[in-house]
This record gives sequence, structure tokens and C-alpha cells, in this order.
Amino acid sequence: MRIEVRDLTHIYSEGMPFETVALRNVSFTMEPGSFVGLIGHTGSGKSTLIQHLNGLLKPMEGKVLADGVDVTEKSEASRSVRRKIGLVFQYPEYQLFEETVLKDVCFGPRNLGMSQEVCEDRAFHALRLVGLDAEDVKDRSPFGLSGGEKRRVAIAGVLAMDPEVLILDEPTAGLDPKGHNDILDMIQKIRQARDLTILLVSHNMDDVARLADYVLVMENGALVMEGPPQWIYAQEEKLQQLGLSLPSATALMRLLARQGHPVRTDILSAAEAEEEILRVFG
Amino acid sequence: MAIKDITLGQYFPGESRIHRLDPRTKIIGTFVFLISLFLVDHFLGFALAGLFLLVLILVSGVPFRFLFRGLKPILFLIVFTMLINLFMTSGTALVALGPLTITEEGLYRASFMALRLVLLIFGSSLLTLVTKPITLTDGMERLMSPFNRLGLPSHELAMMMTIALRFIPTLLDETDKIMKAQTARGADFESGNLFRRAKGLIPLLVPLFVSAFRIAADLAMAMEARCYRGGQGRTRMNRMAFGKGDALAALILALYAAGILYLRGRLG
Repeated sequence: MRIEVRDLTHIYSEGMPFETVALRNVSFTMEPGSFVGLIGHTGSGKSTLIQHLNGLLKPMEGKVLADGVDVTEKSEASRSVRRKIGLVFQYPEYQLFEETVLKDVCFGPRNLGMSQEVCEDRAFHALRLVGLDAEDVKDRSPFGLSGGEKRRVAIAGVLAMDPEVLILDEPTAGLDPKGHNDILDMIQKIRQARDLTILLVSHNMDDVARLADYVLVMENGALVMEGPPQWIYAQEEKLQQLGLSLPSATALMRLLARQGHPVRTDILSAAEAEEEILRVFG
Repeated sequence: MAIKDITLGQYFPGESRIHRLDPRTKIIGTFVFLISLFLVDHFLGFALAGLFLLVLILVSGVPFRFLFRGLKPILFLIVFTMLINLFMTSGTALVALGPLTITEEGLYRASFMALRLVLLIFGSSLLTLVTKPITLTDGMERLMSPFNRLGLPSHELAMMMTIALRFIPTLLDETDKIMKAQTARGADFESGNLFRRAKGLIPLLVPLFVSAFRIAADLAMAMEARCYRGGQGRTRMNRMAFGKGDALAALILALYAAGILYLRGRLG
């Protein structure tokens, strides 16, 4: 599914003393099958932006088109397109409410009007996809699981709706390094298994550099940079002005280059960095 | 979402003379004003009360829009009261609409009640609009403190009010977030009959209660970690003091009250 955002503007509490412009003329396109990383500081408008992508917020100006259909319309076409855009909020585990994990994951598909059988079938699939032992957890209470498991159940709840586009808002927030890596690996696995278009909101440069093939940078409600990660991370000064850092692998290679070593500086991940260091120094 | 439009206890930041008054002056003033509305028995009294309030609003710099927004939730109540009074008061008939008759006395009482309600709402919302919630509860604590000897836990009451006020926006935010998350999973909070709607609230209420308990536990822990043990022996960072402005306010308030009583005596 191709998502086009055109001149999106959103203002909170318009006309009041607390008025804040959350989005200002934001335009970009997400190609089908791409993995887009959205970075920016807290308060830069990332969360507001993603809530527009499946019609939760209505733009004050501009449009969001999914395969050419305006997502805010009341038409059947618009509704069916919205259903294909799955949104995983920050700390999604706080939305769990059912008595059992299976029932909770079934909540989404059931709202789409699926039969009990189809719901459970999808729920099992989704639970396996997020790396949980479906048979083991299905009858347990979601409130009795560990933090990382709860988050997986919540993500499974969105996957069970069988989206074509998956939007994840800081899916690793508040997790320990192991949980963090597990979730990122899981996202990659889901993408390969389902052939999804993904938008990952994060302020972790390493994660975005490792996973994304297109990067959007936001600042004060405006889209200030967009392009492939190699291109974005080549502009160290501009990133610094925005108060954003380089991915640690890129930063390391730049440091080595500055000291006169003949290394490439367009490296984005630890694995690539290892290879390059072995090539030059090995 | 409508959730964000609730203005209960909302503060309108400002630096006006009224904003700077001691919270105790403002609380007592509001009480006097509210009581005065019940003493009024003639439209001329409402004219005086309305004029007094109008001057206060103008001095405070709060836009009228804000006051009218506070009126919205109880608009139904006002209209309902008006209709009941309009049709149910016996007296000289003005117009007859089938079985219903509008009487002169009914018209008089309906507009009288509506005016009183509107002024009550405006008067009390002005207090919260020009006073920070925390300052307001501090003021209440001080006003209640003479009753400590009678066993009234004034500090604890004020602390409970402060916490309740402090967490209204937090819980509204939380509600908004959970509603959106469940809407993204296809939940529908807006259609269906009463029973379906009530059932539809479960996915919202369960996580909301879980959150509320979590927040309460965290807050209790944070307060205990800072050795909070109630009001005994606590000192304040900002001490309250009456100033010249408060003396002036008291004088104006006394004049207003005298005016209301005079009108009541003359015309009642």
C-alpha cells in the first residue's frame, strides 16, 4: 500500500493561549514494501503525524491518501483502507484488557466481523509471529505476563487484524537491551513473513540505521530531512544542528577516518563496521 | 475528541489584579457572590450582580469564550429548568399551546431561574479560571484550618483535592490514548444502542482502572520516599499574605453586598 501525505498541518487548542502547532506542511510518500524510519525529538510531532495516517486525527489542512483514497472519509472504501493500516502505540501493553491472551488478540479481528474460528486462527498466527508460544500463553491472563511478553501480545493484537502497513511508535521504549534487540529482530521477521510496509518511530539512531531503507527527520512539527539512511547520516553537521547524533557505527568510522585511516564512512551497522575494520586493519 | 474539551477546573494563565489576589480573598469573594445570587429577588439585583461580574471578568482578562464553554455541559439543565418553570407556573395566561399554557408569572420565573443559574456558573468558573488549582486548595486548607481543633483533617482534605485536581488532565490524557489505541483495533465507542455502548466501554475502562491504580501506587511511593506524613509540622514554600489589593477587594465586595441587601430591602 502506498501512503501519500500531502501538506499536512495540525494545530492543538487552536485560538487559545496554549495553542501549539504540532504539524506544519508535512508531505512525504511511503512506497509499498518500504521500511521507513521516523526520527525526531520528543514533541517534534511524530506521534501526531502517525495518528493522522489511519484517520485517528483529522488534518486541519492537507490530506493523507492510502492507495489514492482519503483516509478521513466516511465512505466504505476509506474504512477498508484504514483497516489495512495497523497502528501500535507507545507502551501498547497498557491497552490489554481481556481475561485471556487469546481473547485480547482476537479483539481486533472480531471488531472486523470475523467468525470465531477465523479470529482464533489469526490470533494463533500472530502470537507465533511475535515469538510467543501460542499454546502456552493463550489461556493466561495478559496481566500476569512479563513486560516484554505483554508488549508482544499487544503487537500481536494489531497483527491479527492482518494489516498491510504497520506503524510502530517507539516499540522498544522502556525495555532492557535484550528486550530491545528481541523486539527489533521480531519486527524484521514480521516484515519478511508478511511483506509489510513499515513505519518505525524512534529516537534511537542505531535502530533506524539498522532497519530503515528510508528516513524522515522531524523538528518542531516540520519535516526537515528525508532520504535514504546513507544520505541522511552523511550530513553530520546538519544532524548536529538538530541535536541528533550519528549511529554509533557511523560515528566510529568517522572518528577512524579523521585519524587518517582509509575506512569507508558510509557504514550504518555494527556488522558492517566489523567487516570494514577487519578489511582495513586485519 | 470530545474528551479534550472538558474544562473542569481549567486555569487561564494571566497576571491580572484578580489573578494576583490571595486565594482566600477569591474563595470568600466567590462565596459571597454565590450567596448574593440567592438573596436577589428582583431583576435589578441581577443587573447589579451581572455588572459586578462583568467588571471582574474584564479586569481578569479571561476571554468570554472560556466562560461560555463552561456553560455548555449544563445548557441542558438550564433549558430544562426554564421549560418546567415556563409551563408549570399557574397565573395569568399569556399564550395557550394546546394543553400547555404560558403564564406571565411562568415567563418571569423562567427567566429569573435561568439568569440565576448562568450567573452561578459564570461566578464559580471565574474562580477556577483565575486561580491555579494548587493555590486554590492551599487557600481552602488555610480557610479550614480553624476547624482542625474540632477534628477536621483540613490538610488531608486539601491534599486529596490537590491530588484529584492534579490528576484530572493525566487521566483524561490516558483515556484519550487508550481510546485511540482501541479505535485503532477497530473498537467503536460511538454507535449502537445503550447496551452495546456500555459493553463497548469495557476495553476502555479496564485499562483505565489498571493505569489509575498504577499511577496511584507510584504517587504513594514517591510521597513516602520524601517522608510525607500528613500536615503536622509542615512549612510552606509560598506563604500566603493579604496585601493592599486584598483590602481593596474586600472593600469592593462589602459595597457590592450592601448594594444587594439594599435592593432586597427596597424592592422585596
